[in-house]
Amino acid sequence: MNDVLLQTDDVHVGFATPGGGRVRAVAGVNLDLHAGEIVALVGESGCGKSTLARTLLGLHRPDQGSVSFEGATLPTSVRGLRAFRRQVQLILQDPTGALNPRHSVYEAVAEGLRIHHVPGNEPELVADALSRAGLRPPERFLSLLPGELSGGQRQRVVIAGALALQPRVLIADEPVASLDASVRGEILALLLRLRDDLGLASLVVTHDLGLAWNIADRIAVMYLGRIVESGPAPEVLTAPKHPYTKALLSVLPESPERIVLTGEPPDPARIPAGCRFHPRCPALASGAADAVADRCRTVDPTPLAAGETGVACHLVNQIEPATTG
Amino acid sequence: MTTPLLEFRDTTITYRGALGAVPAVRGINLSIGAGETVGLAGESGSGKSTLAMSVLRLLPSSTTIGGQILLDGEDITGMKWGRLRAVRWADASVVFQGAMHGLNPVRRISDQIAEPIMVHGNETGPAVDKKVRELLDQVGLPKRRADAYPHELSGGQRQRVMIAMALACDPRLVIADEPTTALDVMIQAQVLDLLAALVAERGLGLLMISHDLSVLAGTCERLAVMYAGRIVEHGPSAEVVRDGKHPYTRALSGAFPTIGDPASRLAPSGLPGDPPDPSDLPSGCPFHPRCASAIDECSTIDVGPRPVTRDHDAACVLVAAEAHA
Repeated sequence: MNDVLLQTDDVHVGFATPGGGRVRAVAGVNLDLHAGEIVALVGESGCGKSTLARTLLGLHRPDQGSVSFEGATLPTSVRGLRAFRRQVQLILQDPTGALNPRHSVYEAVAEGLRIHHVPGNEPELVADALSRAGLRPPERFLSLLPGELSGGQRQRVVIAGALALQPRVLIADEPVASLDASVRGEILALLLRLRDDLGLASLVVTHDLGLAWNIADRIAVMYLGRIVESGPAPEVLTAPKHPYTKALLSVLPESPERIVLTGEPPDPARIPAGCRFHPRCPALASGAADAVADRCRTVDPTPLAAGETGVACHLVNQIEPATTG
Repeated sequence: MTTPLLEFRDTTITYRGALGAVPAVRGINLSIGAGETVGLAGESGSGKSTLAMSVLRLLPSSTTIGGQILLDGEDITGMKWGRLRAVRWADASVVFQGAMHGLNPVRRISDQIAEPIMVHGNETGPAVDKKVRELLDQVGLPKRRADAYPHELSGGQRQRVMIAMALACDPRLVIADEPTTALDVMIQAQVLDLLAALVAERGLGLLMISHDLSVLAGTCERLAVMYAGRIVEHGPSAEVVRDGKHPYTRALSGAFPTIGDPASRLAPSGLPGDPPDPSDLPSGCPFHPRCASAIDECSTIDVGPRPVTRDHDAACVLVAAEAHA
């Protein structure tokens, strides 16, 4: 696969804090997204996954590094960004907040078409987008207000609004976290179907590993602003290598042996020296990583390259060197 | 048999809305004894939170409760205010969902935990302080955080404060309404472990409510699945999750896939349609419009619970059909 749509190259994004400090939300991320694939970006709150997603949309400008779409660096002009955003659409967690409560379904979907001056018959385009998002027959929904729809239907309206612009990429930030369990599967099935039918690529930002198992081709696990493990979803989820990924998977209810990390999720304003995970690392605490312990405490593991299947961990890379082959 | 801590007998709960009566709970029979853990699963609108709130009469005054709700054998629907005040916190307490909204933002957490102790007990001054410190210790919060305000704590820490408050007056029954919904997986695991440990240590009865079947199954011995105001399946957790007899239970357990299970890989499972509107329920079995196994009878008759095994029942016509076959 060499048809890379979106790519980040050593992206850093930070925010100033009131005290004059700086929060490094994203600290050197290489990530790519190919046409027709679904990539899950997983991690806990505060790991920088949503900031990374927003940076991919050009909503934050990287402090360092770059984001490119089809090989060209993201534009910074208003006009350039508008053209780019037609190609890359965002779907948020809470459809109720994303829809104007006083705009009908028709208005909600047509808004994007008007902003982007999409040529063609507007009612037809809206109806087409609604039916592709699974709201059939579309005529039944056109005049309804968000308040008259269920949560799942609202999320479908948001997705229809994105689809109307015929984007190449969807970036979905926790697309089912606010939906009921039974509706969740239907929305995920829709994302899969859009990939299969339209070749639409998706980057799904989530903390839900079951979701990744359900729909993702590849997975990238993020911890404190850095991708610590990435690779094909079945491989990462069934044979995790990074101690952090192992711990995340172990606390799922069906897991036989739980590794509950102590302490709260770490603070991006104070990233530990060396490996950023070392203060919570179970391998280091148990002595399993004694041979590399000094490096864990002092040397920051090399960030993973975009598309690389691997782990940013001294212990794992000592046993099986990262340079495969 | 000893008197259960909590018993619902043909409990019905009806809200009076602008558009008429809304039957949120339509005939529930469920009991919880000391040391028992029961999970109540269901989607939004299924009536599960309404049922939880009814135990301490926390519902709007326009709500009508039918049947009986027995707390230690005493019907709460007939309790006078004074008695109700004494029962709240001391006999039964609630850990609410969304810890952010349950705490007073302008009061220190130690004062908030102390409040129920002072209202309900005879203890004062140093004895209360000692008790608060013990509680903070039990829920794993550092003692130096006692003087913190809620906004200074993380989501997981606030949830621990809520649990500490719920335990402050040594209740025998704890009702936890979505105690971990807003939390990350790792923090969720910490909070669930804590609840399970406290229940085991103190021999509490626990009624835990969630839409996530797998979370409930990990903590509770028994599971009750609610749909449209009724319990549609009730039995030992493992049996209900692995071998659910009601099609709705099966859909719910399929919604959260087991990682590594090839059947759910790239095949998210959901239910078509949306949860029913409690004020406008379908005829017959309220689940039939969404049910893949529905037969003709389902649209006309609504069956009650039918025994599957000795301590497991399901309200579905197919249960009897399977027994005949």
